[in-house]
Amino acid sequence: MIPPTFEYLRPRTPDEAVRMLADAGEDAKVLAGGQSLMPLLRLRLAYPEALVDLDRIAELREIRDDGDAIVIGATATHHQVVRDPLVREHAPLVAAATATVADPAVRHRGTFGGSLAHADPAGDLPAVALALDAVLLARSASGGEREIPAREFFADWMTTALEPDELLTGVRIPKAGGPGWGFRYEKFHRTAQAWAIVGVACAVRRVQGAVEDVRIGLTNMGPVPVRASAVEERLAGSTLSDGALREASDHAAEGTEPPSDLHGSAEYRSHLARVLTRRALTAATAR
Amino acid sequence: MTEIGHARPRAEDARLVTGRTRWTDNLTPAGTLHVAYLRSPHAHARIDRVDVEAARRRPNVVAVLTGKDLAEEQGALPCAWQVTEDMKLPAHPPMAVDEVRYAGEPVACVVARDRYSAADALEDIDVDYSPLPVVLDMERAVEDGADLVHSDLGTNASYTWVFEQGDLDAAMRDAPVLLERRFVQQRLIPTAMEPRAVLCEPDGSGPNMDFTLYSSTQIPHILRLMLAVVTEIPEHRIRVVAPDVGGGFGSKLQVYGEEVLALLLARRLGRPVKWTESRSEGNMAVHHGRDQVQKVTLAADRDGTLRGLKVELLADMGAYLMLVTPGVPLLGAFMFNGIYKMDAYSFTCTGVFTNKTPTDAYRGAGRPEATFAIERLMDELAAEIGVDPVEVRRRNWITHEEFPYDTIAGLTYDTGNYEAATEKALALFEYDKLRAEQHDRRERRDPVQLGIGVSTYTEMCGLAPSRVLGSLSYGAGGWEHASVRLLPSGKVEVVTGSSAHGQGHETAWAQIAADRLGVPFEDVRVLHGDTAVSPKGMDTYGSRSLAVGGVALYRACDKVVDKARTIAAHMLEASEDDLEFGGGRFSVRGVEAAGLSIQEVTQAAFAAHDLPDGVEPSLDSDVTHDPENFSFPHGTHLCAVEIDTETGFTKIRRYVAVDDVGNVVNPLIVEGQVHGGLAQGIAQALYEEAVYDADGNLTTTTMADYLVPSAADLPSFTTDRTETPAAGNPLGVKGVGEAGTIASTPAVVNAIVDALRPYGVRDVPMPCTPERVWTALREGGAR
Repeated sequence: MIPPTFEYLRPRTPDEAVRMLADAGEDAKVLAGGQSLMPLLRLRLAYPEALVDLDRIAELREIRDDGDAIVIGATATHHQVVRDPLVREHAPLVAAATATVADPAVRHRGTFGGSLAHADPAGDLPAVALALDAVLLARSASGGEREIPAREFFADWMTTALEPDELLTGVRIPKAGGPGWGFRYEKFHRTAQAWAIVGVACAVRRVQGAVEDVRIGLTNMGPVPVRASAVEERLAGSTLSDGALREASDHAAEGTEPPSDLHGSAEYRSHLARVLTRRALTAATAR
Repeated sequence: MTEIGHARPRAEDARLVTGRTRWTDNLTPAGTLHVAYLRSPHAHARIDRVDVEAARRRPNVVAVLTGKDLAEEQGALPCAWQVTEDMKLPAHPPMAVDEVRYAGEPVACVVARDRYSAADALEDIDVDYSPLPVVLDMERAVEDGADLVHSDLGTNASYTWVFEQGDLDAAMRDAPVLLERRFVQQRLIPTAMEPRAVLCEPDGSGPNMDFTLYSSTQIPHILRLMLAVVTEIPEHRIRVVAPDVGGGFGSKLQVYGEEVLALLLARRLGRPVKWTESRSEGNMAVHHGRDQVQKVTLAADRDGTLRGLKVELLADMGAYLMLVTPGVPLLGAFMFNGIYKMDAYSFTCTGVFTNKTPTDAYRGAGRPEATFAIERLMDELAAEIGVDPVEVRRRNWITHEEFPYDTIAGLTYDTGNYEAATEKALALFEYDKLRAEQHDRRERRDPVQLGIGVSTYTEMCGLAPSRVLGSLSYGAGGWEHASVRLLPSGKVEVVTGSSAHGQGHETAWAQIAADRLGVPFEDVRVLHGDTAVSPKGMDTYGSRSLAVGGVALYRACDKVVDKARTIAAHMLEASEDDLEFGGGRFSVRGVEAAGLSIQEVTQAAFAAHDLPDGVEPSLDSDVTHDPENFSFPHGTHLCAVEIDTETGFTKIRRYVAVDDVGNVVNPLIVEGQVHGGLAQGIAQALYEEAVYDADGNLTTTTMADYLVPSAADLPSFTTDRTETPAAGNPLGVKGVGEAGTIASTPAVVNAIVDALRPYGVRDVPMPCTPERVWTALREGGAR
């Protein structure tokens, strides 16, 4: 890798990190696992003046129970997330989607927070965070701590609500696992290591057969991850007959702005969103 | 144990897979300077001005040079294959001077003390371009009034090459079945695991300057000669080393501008210079493969008996003709008839210039394209006349009693047994059972449909009899060289002119020598890939290594044994005719006790104290082998796919490959070659395509967009063999490097079309992406 020149900073605590970020100015970038930033540097698509490497800050890797939620530290690796008992129990959708990210080598380096802060609409985790109404925990030297709901966090194509001097420290995810809950991440891609052409993240809670809570997030169906709200509305309270499920899924692409690119046209993506939503819902409610 | 036929794990693999070895980029002599290239962002433009002043002033920069700076000394990159007398051959400067003709063409270079400074300085070079009209579509490029890639040539057609045999008009006239199809062989990017790298180390000064050029190349010998021709540096002043090379697939069968420029820069600066490409740079600047539009017409009787075949090709040359660019599609000219009998054949190919990266040899080189066309046509014919696709092949193939067989394309197939390979494949595949399942899924209107694809193939390997190459106007011969040296201590050195870049020569060649000389495998060392060590060779491509180079070694071993026999007979005071040689030991027939090991004979030959009159000291031999004929591997591949009709996703459910590559030296290496070949052929069918946008920019510059499958995307292959020895060489070997790539692409596409035929689909363009399958299903009109 032959990146442009940058200053390299390696803080040991979150406090030091946010101070360094503030001092380094607008052209500083945070380096976590390097899953996305390294290719950008290698291709010289990013010219940061400084890199603040979070690798030495152990506390940002922690995953902990927080009552009715769990908190995943920003630099917890995908590998760590997939294997973590708290995540598997209380946010199984996160574990399932994370297991499909890239390949094993990348999953050992790439981080949960990094994937959200990078905000690539083709990334798997933004749609999951959105579906689960995650809250992103940010911190800066000037403004202290701030909580940003996922629906406000993803502002535009690869753009988040984070200020240049703000550091994503963790993600709080309301518990969505256990009795009554079902989940599924349907990822459609051409090869195992390729980005999702479309992905559907879905978590459903049923009480006595009727849908009590349904959350559907769509990957790569617009510049930012989106909720399939039209489907969610149609299924609220439903007993999920085959017909109802199919009818509701047909609305999956409503209100989306899917891209057309090498891997699929907008029309094809819309079709996939409908098919995959039906499949995700079917799988999530199979038991 | 007999070494030939032994499934021995490859001795070289530990160092290759760990990377702790001599990759070119791992070599950095003291004082090495690093080169970076500025490449054209335009597909076609005039270069008005290149301002390098700011770049020159940057720290650590030693030199910044443009095409203009080097115009007097850089020469033109060679094309060794003048396929017709009037072939248009445009000058191809290593670095563009006045005009760029594809995006990625080098325009300037920076030489700096480190790679980072070189890359940084590139950004300070300012180039003014005047964009020119871009030619991208080869069918439009040959229409009247088309914009031109080379305005001075007055045409985009480089050549038209014609081959005709039999009375095609008669075959076509009143043919009960006439199938006309258009197939597109998409452009592919060879993706060797090791990107290109070049290091040139100068020694001495002035006219006595010597150069050692290390390159990740398949062809150190051809490269040395060509570098001398292009740069006018005397050939004996250039040594080319191909250290360990991490794959090529034809892409390193080339003389690249960066190799020529490394020599020139080392000469100018008097210091070692090195360049290593990035993957994205390589995707633009390594020659591409395939890229043909095929119009094919097949005439047959109502029972499926073939009458004749007409092939009209347009082949995309890209912007320039490189080493064998124009000849690649013509290697297919002799293969469109496949394994079948027919009365008439006509082949026409026009090579077309476009503003894209030049094309050249890519694994199979012309033969996969030809096999695809005939095997797709055989399936279309089967559907047309309502006969099983295996049966329609059976009705037309050359039967095993008919060999040697002179084909309609002018080759003589020496041996083969298509019946045996096909029967074995059908049994392993459980063909009838899968057909039953297919029927059942169709009846049930299962959203997941099953398709079955068949492909037979043969290919011409063992490139090549020199006189045949001469008749095709190729610029060199097709022989190969081997030396065997028995060292005084009894150990053995084998030198081969074949240049391994992942094929496992160090193991296979040692097995041949160990077997023939009766010495332990561990006692043999194989040397290759260095013109100072192996002065004669024609290198590695076209599945030629074993069938030509391996045979050279086999003969060299026998030659050395013959000499040892003379010495042994003298030592044993016996007649040569009474000596037997086996297990590394000469013994007198009938006299158990009397004998000598080959090591003892070697020692005597070294000491030379008591040799027969006229026998020279030392035990060694040289053989340069020129094959009499090509070899013709063949096989039958069967593929079952499951297609998700809702999404268009194709999953390979079962893949059976039965190949006949003749006798086998190392079954593990053969198996590895087949697996890799299958992966690459399947990749053409399903995944890979070099895509240009409307301005002529390559959009598939990274592996996120140019999809190369991994193990996770491929099924577990079932492979087996029949072994019909080649008649043309004493080893009975045929070559296996390209077999898998040739057969698998049509097998997969045939399977996809087979699955979709009830939906009115009769073709899906490659790569058969999920969206293309889905589109074909919609346009075919669902049942």
